[in-house]
Parts: sequence; structure tokens; C-alpha cells
Amino acid sequence: MSYVTALRCRRCDRKYPVKALSICEFCFAALEVEYDYGAIGKAMTRKSIEASPWNMWRYKPLLPVGDNLIDLGGCVTPLVKANNLGRQLGLDELYIKNDCLNPTNSFKDRVVAVSMTRALEFGFDVVACASTGNLANSVSAHAAKAGLKAFVFIPADLEQGKVVGTAIYGPTVVMVKGNYDEVNRLCSEVAENNNWGFVNINLRPYYSEGSKTLAYEVAEQLGWRAPAYAVVPVASGSMFTKIWKGLGELERLGLIEARTTRMFVSQAAGCSPVVEAHNAGTFQIRPVKPNTIAKSIAIGNPADGYYALNTIKESNGGAVAVSDEEIVEGIKLLAETEGVFAETSGGVVIASLKRLVASGAIKEDGPTVAYITGSGLKTQEAVLNALRPAVVVEPSFSSFEKALGQYQ
Amino acid sequence: MAKHRVKFTFPQELISEPIIYNLARRFKVVTNIRRADVAADRGWVILELEGSQEDIERGIAWVGSKGVRVDPVSGDIVEG
Repeated sequence: MSYVTALRCRRCDRKYPVKALSICEFCFAALEVEYDYGAIGKAMTRKSIEASPWNMWRYKPLLPVGDNLIDLGGCVTPLVKANNLGRQLGLDELYIKNDCLNPTNSFKDRVVAVSMTRALEFGFDVVACASTGNLANSVSAHAAKAGLKAFVFIPADLEQGKVVGTAIYGPTVVMVKGNYDEVNRLCSEVAENNNWGFVNINLRPYYSEGSKTLAYEVAEQLGWRAPAYAVVPVASGSMFTKIWKGLGELERLGLIEARTTRMFVSQAAGCSPVVEAHNAGTFQIRPVKPNTIAKSIAIGNPADGYYALNTIKESNGGAVAVSDEEIVEGIKLLAETEGVFAETSGGVVIASLKRLVASGAIKEDGPTVAYITGSGLKTQEAVLNALRPAVVVEPSFSSFEKALGQYQ
Repeated sequence: MAKHRVKFTFPQELISEPIIYNLARRFKVVTNIRRADVAADRGWVILELEGSQEDIERGIAWVGSKGVRVDPVSGDIVEG
């Protein structure tokens, strides 16, 4: 059973039926899912959640899905107390939300599981996305599981190695001979002219709700309390705003005492339209041309940029942009202290966290959660030149001892 | 007839030029503005373009060639 009542325009509040729509017909602003929170409050308690299976569907009443759920068998991901990293940064209560451990190794499995379930409910035979990495992996894998045809649009100049983790699941990969903006425009047209479930276009209101589980899980794992600080990588801004929304829903339902979290945007300096707007004191996002190694979050014209800025304001949070060098250092620091190999967006988060602690924006007055949303195994080239060289020896013990002596 | 929903972002030097008027006149595209925010130093307009697919595509290419950024209204779609 679903508790969804309607879609609502985030700008003009017009209501729409629960269909595959994402844009208000009047003002062209984004649509948002609305729920019957009164009924959810009766059906969902800490006890009922704690008695549910250890996966994202334990929060199903707060997700826009019915009962025929599509997933890849993933679990609630670990919230790791990061004592070693915390000690280095000067934080007693630092946690890593490790979303590398999703079935296709990124947080996209949350949003795609929701949108794929919805795609089946709407009767789509074909699902699609435009992605250079994590989203394409997840959509292709979920479509295989759901028995749906999948189309994945990518720029034609994307390295072949990036396609393997998608192509293995058997989707139709469409390589578009054009730049990033041209791929964007083509996909928008394809979505308008085909009866397909385009997960981040016409299914976007449902898709984006999956990110709320990052708030629910963290709150439950902290013993039903909101973190004092959250540091989140920002691309479109959707996940950032949905974590905030999710915490708000828990507060509204009485599942946590109060949503006291200060939300921090972290972006790469080479693609930081949200940080730039925040620093300029404006809510107007100026689109930028991305130029960073953090490609998984390199969105120059973020769909939810305005709402991300609003979340910063509402939560009394902030925004940080870090250089590519800091990103690499951040990846290494997390790996060497906590044994977690994050993709570049994780390096962005750790580098931002370091700066926020150093500047005093994050203090030791409550738990800080750093969201690590994808695995470093997918972006190994980013750190290839920053690793300690191997010790090369002859196959003899004396050679080994000699080399070890020099090494130490 | 095709319809496209797009966002034009204008740099400062093009704020005073009648780009949308010329788009409609030169390419037989009906322009229907839904939201806009234009100031002295920058501006954006969200609008619907209606016409033949070919005219719209040529029109969008022309607007882009003038230095205006053209995006889908839903923001960037290609994700990581």
C-alpha cells in the first residue's frame, strides 16, 4: 500500500495526479510527492520499523511505492564510527555513512530501486537514464532484475572502461556524438516523445525520494536522533535536499525529537555552482562548465540548486568547494584511516569536512555524519599517481631485508 | 508540431538584445514565457517553444550561437 496522495508543484503548489510527470504544466517548476502523513503516523512507529527487514524498505510508508518492490537485495548500509579519522581532524563523534556497500556500489541504488518499482507500477516496458557512471550501472542492473528493457545515454567520448559496469547488464547503450549539453537536450526530447520511464526525468519526483532513506537510516543508527552536522556531496542538489526532507518527516512523525542538523554542501571547486551562489549571497544559480576529477558530481546546471541553497539557509548550514588536489588527499585520508576506498565525491566530502572543522564551522557538540556515496573502485584513475610506490625485490630473503631496511 | 521547454541564461552583454523576439521572427517558432528573472547584469527565461522540430532545433542552435546558454527546464539530466 502506498501513502502517496498527489504530486505538488514546488513553486506554485498546483496539484497533479500520481503519474509519470516531473514538471508543472503552468510554471515548469519541479513536482514533489505528497503523502498522507496522518495515516503514516498511525502505521509507522519506531517499534514497527525496528521489526522490519534490515533494508531500505523498512521505511516504505515514507516512500512513493506500492507492494511489488524491485531491489537487488541490498541492506541498510553501515554507519561507521570513524575514530581514527576523527582523531586526526579533532572530532570525537564522527561517523561515515558508507554507501559504497550498496549492490552496485553507490547510493544510486536507493533512488533507482524506488523509480524502478514505480516504473513497473506505471506499466512502462522501457526504462532509461543519461549517465556517465553510477546511475547507468544501477539502472541497468535494476532493469535486468525487473525484466525491463533499458536504454542508457552517454556522451560518445566516454572512456570504454566506464561502460563495462553498465553494458554487462545488457542495456542498449546509446553513445551520443555531441557534448554534454547536447546529450542533455537530446535526452529531454527523448523523454518527451517516448512512453518510457526516464528515471531522472519523468520519474524524477519518485526517484529523488529514495535519497530520504539516507536520513532515515542515519537517524535510526544514531539511536533515533538527528546528526548535529551532515556533510553531503552535491551534484544536482537532490540528495542534499532529500536528506533534509527525510529528517523533517521523522520529526513530524515524532520518530526523532528535533531536526537540529546543520547541512553542509560539499562540491569540487571545478564545478561548484551551489557553493558560488551561497558565497555570493544569492539564490540564483549560474550554470558552469565542469572541470574537475570529481565527475560523478560534476553537474554544471543543478536542477535542485535553488532548493539546496534553501536547505543551507533553513538548517543554518554552509557550503565548501575543494580543489582536485584536496580531493585526492581526502580519498587517501579516508582510506588510510578508516579502510574505506571512496570515489572522488567521497574525497570531496572528506576534504570539505577537514576545512569545516579547521574553520570551526563544525564543532564537537554532537555527531557529525560524512556521507560517502560511491566506491573508489570505479574511479581508480583519480588516485593512480598519488599512491606509495611498491617495494621491488629479487626473489631472495636478503634482497627483501635490504629493501626493507632502505624502505624503513 | 513539436514543443520544447527550455531555459535561456543570458550573459550581461546580451541582456538588452531582443533575442527571443528574433528567435520567433526568424525561425517561425512560437515562444511562450512561463517564468523569468532578468536584471541589469544577468538574466534567465524559462519558456516553451512550439513549431516544427526542424525550426526549433535551428532556432535553439542560433540562440546558442549568440552566446545564450540553452538548457532543458529540468536542469542537467546527465548524471554521474
